[in-house]
Amino acid sequence: MSMTSRRNFLLRGAAIGCSAAASPLLTPMTFAAAPWDARLVVIILRGGMDGIDVVQPYGDRDAAGLRPTLGMGEGAGASDLDGFFALHPGLSELMPLWKAGELGFAHAVSTPYRDKRSHFDGQDLLEAGTGFDVMAKEKRDGWLNRMLQTIPGIEAETAYAIGREDQLVLTGAAAVANWAPETRLNLSPQAERLLELVYHDDPIYREAIAEALDLTDSLEAAAQAQEEEEMDESMADMANMMQARGGNKAHLKLAEFAVNRLRHETRVASFSINGWDTHGGQAAGLKRALASLQDVILAMKAGLGPVWGKTTIIAMTEFGRTARENGTRGTDHGTGGTMVMAGGALRGGKVYGQWPGLAEADLYAGRDLMPTADVRAYAAATMRGLFGIEKSLLESSVFPGLDMAGVDRLIL
Amino acid sequence: MAFDPTIAAIRFGSGLHPQLPAPKSAGAMLKLLRGPDVMAKAFPIPVYGDLMPEAHRLRELARARKKLGKRTPKMEAEVKLIRANDRERNAMMLRHLIARNLDTEDGFRERLLRFWADHFTVKGRGGITRNNVGTYVEDALRGRITGRFGDMLKAVVTHPMMLVFLDQPRSVGPNSFIAGRTPRRGLNENLAREVLELHTLGVGGRYTQKDVRELAEVFAGMSQNIDKGFNYMTRGGEPGAEVVLGRSYGGEDPKVEDIYAVLHDLALHPDTARHVSRKLVVHFVSDTPDAGMVEEMAAEWQRTDGDLMAVYSVMLNHPAAFAGPLTKAKQPIDFVCSALRALGVPGAEVAALNLGRTRRNLAGPMILMGQHWEHPVGPDGWPEDEAHWITPQGLAARISWAMRLASDQRKTLPDPRDFVGQALGDLASEPVHFAAKAAETRMEGIGVILSSPDFQKR
Repeated sequence: MSMTSRRNFLLRGAAIGCSAAASPLLTPMTFAAAPWDARLVVIILRGGMDGIDVVQPYGDRDAAGLRPTLGMGEGAGASDLDGFFALHPGLSELMPLWKAGELGFAHAVSTPYRDKRSHFDGQDLLEAGTGFDVMAKEKRDGWLNRMLQTIPGIEAETAYAIGREDQLVLTGAAAVANWAPETRLNLSPQAERLLELVYHDDPIYREAIAEALDLTDSLEAAAQAQEEEEMDESMADMANMMQARGGNKAHLKLAEFAVNRLRHETRVASFSINGWDTHGGQAAGLKRALASLQDVILAMKAGLGPVWGKTTIIAMTEFGRTARENGTRGTDHGTGGTMVMAGGALRGGKVYGQWPGLAEADLYAGRDLMPTADVRAYAAATMRGLFGIEKSLLESSVFPGLDMAGVDRLIL
Repeated sequence: MAFDPTIAAIRFGSGLHPQLPAPKSAGAMLKLLRGPDVMAKAFPIPVYGDLMPEAHRLRELARARKKLGKRTPKMEAEVKLIRANDRERNAMMLRHLIARNLDTEDGFRERLLRFWADHFTVKGRGGITRNNVGTYVEDALRGRITGRFGDMLKAVVTHPMMLVFLDQPRSVGPNSFIAGRTPRRGLNENLAREVLELHTLGVGGRYTQKDVRELAEVFAGMSQNIDKGFNYMTRGGEPGAEVVLGRSYGGEDPKVEDIYAVLHDLALHPDTARHVSRKLVVHFVSDTPDAGMVEEMAAEWQRTDGDLMAVYSVMLNHPAAFAGPLTKAKQPIDFVCSALRALGVPGAEVAALNLGRTRRNLAGPMILMGQHWEHPVGPDGWPEDEAHWITPQGLAARISWAMRLASDQRKTLPDPRDFVGQALGDLASEPVHFAAKAAETRMEGIGVILSSPDFQKR
């Protein structure tokens, strides 16, 4: 392929996509490159979310003494979920979703990462989706990308990594789109040509510019098409909701960008929400982080409208935190944690998993919530349910060495 | 590979400059580093202690507010003014950081400072620390990059901003006097963990959770306030000895000397020597470092008890130091500094920008390039690998800024064909030479050269 032919090809593709979107006979759906219509959103919660505080085991007789100032259960403002667990007040606006079966959790889950409790190794392993033994830095790709690699004919815009930070979970051999909501690129045709020339011999730069130019075109086309479209009810709902939360918050921009892609050809989106490392003053810190997560879920439900019924969001973190509160009204790095799931396609209204208990002898290393299941099995079950991917592929190519036995069906 | 002035300026400095000379030898680079810190005087940045009058005043205002139940209009106005000054100072510190990189002949110093500021990443928390990471870097690090690693480690770990960032000030020993009086107070292991994992041995180092815990007990009692700065509270220290990496620290009564002793030993640990030497090589030379270079530096570290000048000297005199090709992606801050420098923009011009222009022309574009200055995601600082930075969105932001810079400087732009040599010496590839000739306008030619992989690498 010559230097500019890929680009011309991409340009043509974008032009066709644009006119097709305007045609009443063809919906953008016709051009979806993925063989499925379901949507998956993977949110990485960086910093180590304290699952015990988010989904509070207030029915556990050993729970109360562990968190003297943080509190637990309805007395501390949490909403009862099932008589045993209660939801942190920071997520109380999600209770209608819980009641509608659109919110669920997997408790006492973890990656295979143990003992050193480093955020950075923990996140790498979570996103790589491998066991701890194969964590060679050189061959890092992400499990969400490996899932895409199992589907022939995937196009870049099937999956979007959103935000300025790079998202290892979607990195790898399968083509994916990477973009940040605020990024723009306006170049003269001559400048484009010269840039392609100077980037040509360097694969990283060559691929980055091809994708940047391609995405700029298709995002522009999408924005134009959207302007011509009447703003439908769900878009208006999302806009109102964003307005109410102060407009241009970064996490809401990510959600809005994701919604605008997922309403069209995109089937998989991933981004991060940071701020979970609550060593001190957890009451305030966790509330802030949960507010972001709650906003994102509500904005996506509002914005996706009819597509919400086909959507599942999973939010995962590198590890949980210590069962006991530490000496500074916070918690330190732990092991077992919690995965948050939401969406119209979810079999929600349930806290999944096997609760290990909180007695001294039940804790991991005498300090952390004991993981009773591999968080990757829940991610795998989500993809199995949404996309119909074979269990054998999930247990080998996507999550090498994973055993999915014992994980419930998560998708309607 | 013999010493190469162009590689020296780009890989170890702030880039080439149309007038200022590139380094002449490794020895000359080290000599400049040993000499006076010219740029610190030319573009001053305050130290943390300089903020204290302001911190005191804010405390008085907060107390007065509590007493009155509200702020009077006069108090309101004063708080507003202090906050505005704080934001302006934050922008000024970025401008001065960049200006130092534009006018210096001692670029290695500026780059080393950024390396160490990243190695010992601090992020602003509430109050006076929020917008003042620059004062910590100036205070704890700038004067220590040519000394011993152990001295730097002690200065950093006891610095109020590091203590606040990693939740140390409220941490007290589980059997301390304070914990006895207030049973809910106790240990917080955040700082101890990051000191072992990031600052000294590295995550691959031979420490365990037990060492983290014991080190947190040695650290217990370290606190800070705006009257004293660093403040060790014996009453928060953990009585009895703690064993960290097989060595015992302290006796019956906790004391601050135990903290210095454990930091001293951590600084000289062979895993620290290797971890930090490797980080230096990864930062300056290659994402896949030459193992021999790392080993020689680590050996020198051990031989000289962590004398950083000796370690730098081994790095700069190793054959791999000036071997091409350049493979690292410049971080956005390095790209911004080197692009302005290649165009010969004087430091004074950047230093004179107002708050709005600092944000629009410098800080804002760097955010889009993936580097919200002073706000990396975690205490591990900025990633090193090329693939992290050269993403579609990151590269688009670099190109957009380069094109805008060329447009802003259009009155003084050189001919693109001359600029190739000015910016890249003899390192420019054929396509870059061609693009310089083929560009339709001067602005686009300069923008394309600055966006090229040749210029993005170091």
